Amino acid sequence: MIPAKFDYKPASSAEEAILLLQEYGDEAKVIAGGHSLLPLMKLRLANPEVIIDIGEIQDLSFIEERDDHIAVGALTRHRLVEHSDLLRENVPLLAHAASHVGDPQVRNRGTIGGSLCHGDPASDLPAVVLATRATLIIRSQTGEREVAADDFFTDFWETAVNPAELLMEIRFPKVGDQPWAFQKFSRRAQDWAIVGCAVQHGSNPGIGMINMGSIPVRSSVAEEALRSGNAVIDVASVADEGLSPPSDIHAEVDYRRHLARVLLGRALS
Amino acid sequence: MTFPISVNVNGQTMEQEIDPRTLLVHFIRDDCRLTGTHVGCDTSNCGACTVLLDGEAVKSCTVLAVQASGHDITTVEGLAPPDGPFTPIQEGFRQEHGLQCGYCTPGMLMAGTALLNEIENPTEEQIRSHLEGNLCRCTGYEMIVRSVQWAAEHPDGIPVEIGEGS
Repeated sequence: MIPAKFDYKPASSAEEAILLLQEYGDEAKVIAGGHSLLPLMKLRLANPEVIIDIGEIQDLSFIEERDDHIAVGALTRHRLVEHSDLLRENVPLLAHAASHVGDPQVRNRGTIGGSLCHGDPASDLPAVVLATRATLIIRSQTGEREVAADDFFTDFWETAVNPAELLMEIRFPKVGDQPWAFQKFSRRAQDWAIVGCAVQHGSNPGIGMINMGSIPVRSSVAEEALRSGNAVIDVASVADEGLSPPSDIHAEVDYRRHLARVLLGRALS
Repeated sequence: MTFPISVNVNGQTMEQEIDPRTLLVHFIRDDCRLTGTHVGCDTSNCGACTVLLDGEAVKSCTVLAVQASGHDITTVEGLAPPDGPFTPIQEGFRQEHGLQCGYCTPGMLMAGTALLNEIENPTEEQIRSHLEGNLCRCTGYEMIVRSVQWAAEHPDGIPVEIGEGS
């Protein structure tokens, strides 16, 4: 399978990429590792006329400690996130979840920003961004803006990043020694999760769900139950409340609801 | 519209004008004429097309050739010299019968090479998790795991005569 024809525009800096985005807007797609976009293009589900390649912009690949948070550059590959001591110490949920993305080859190419901008509810990292209440930094020609994780995923495969904008970095609050958990259920190694959940404990606990809606979602009802000090079994029993999981070849709605409750129970135990 | 690329493939610089939509695997097979790299699923699942990009295992069906410009690619042909001894991982697959039909083997060899470059003496669990992105429909993986273990135990790749001691 070969993608449809496109014009190729490599960018050597974020500024250049944003200028190109400004010029081509809706017709263009940004490529980094290409592990979300290229499969779509090969299936002709995406046919951008222009590809802007940000893959060589080294400035966008970093993991830095800054005051109360860890900033991760949008171009940071999953492999670096997975092996980062800084993240293992300060945002262990993220490092752990990154080690469960795809397989080693995918993690060598795929980037955190690419995965998030794809906005797939079946992906692992959006759930982590929700659970940790991360902040996403988006830049355009007019400046930068901060978007809370809750406002980032707007529709199926759609995010708050506008056509002329570029995701620059993601800021994860340090969690110290607060417990966390990640559960992912799939039938085969390297598969997408049929359902999964990412839990970050703390003063404002976060529960991000994988594949439990048409966009990445949190389980607000379970979060409230957890905040109120309910027993694990009671928190887990409301994991799917208020959510509308999809039905597909892998699982029906009721099975996904059941899995959500079981997996959250495991995550909290 | 074509785009000029310069890719170092197995130590040789390949300069070419290509259609930007050309996948790395097709550039390797059709333009470099290195057909050891196989196209399996073409959806980044099976790993048959695994090559090393700057020493890291990647699935070349899900990389554009233009993205590899300025980088080093190693394919299965780049492991051992044409007349030279096999690398430990290749010899391991020979010793432990790590293949049957052989279709997945180039990808297995490249993923195994990347693994041993990173971890000299991997545990069985580490071998299995590092080869998670490579599917084999013949062996049931047992012999593949043993082949990688053989390579880890023989870092100099000392070839043992088949049948020796039997």
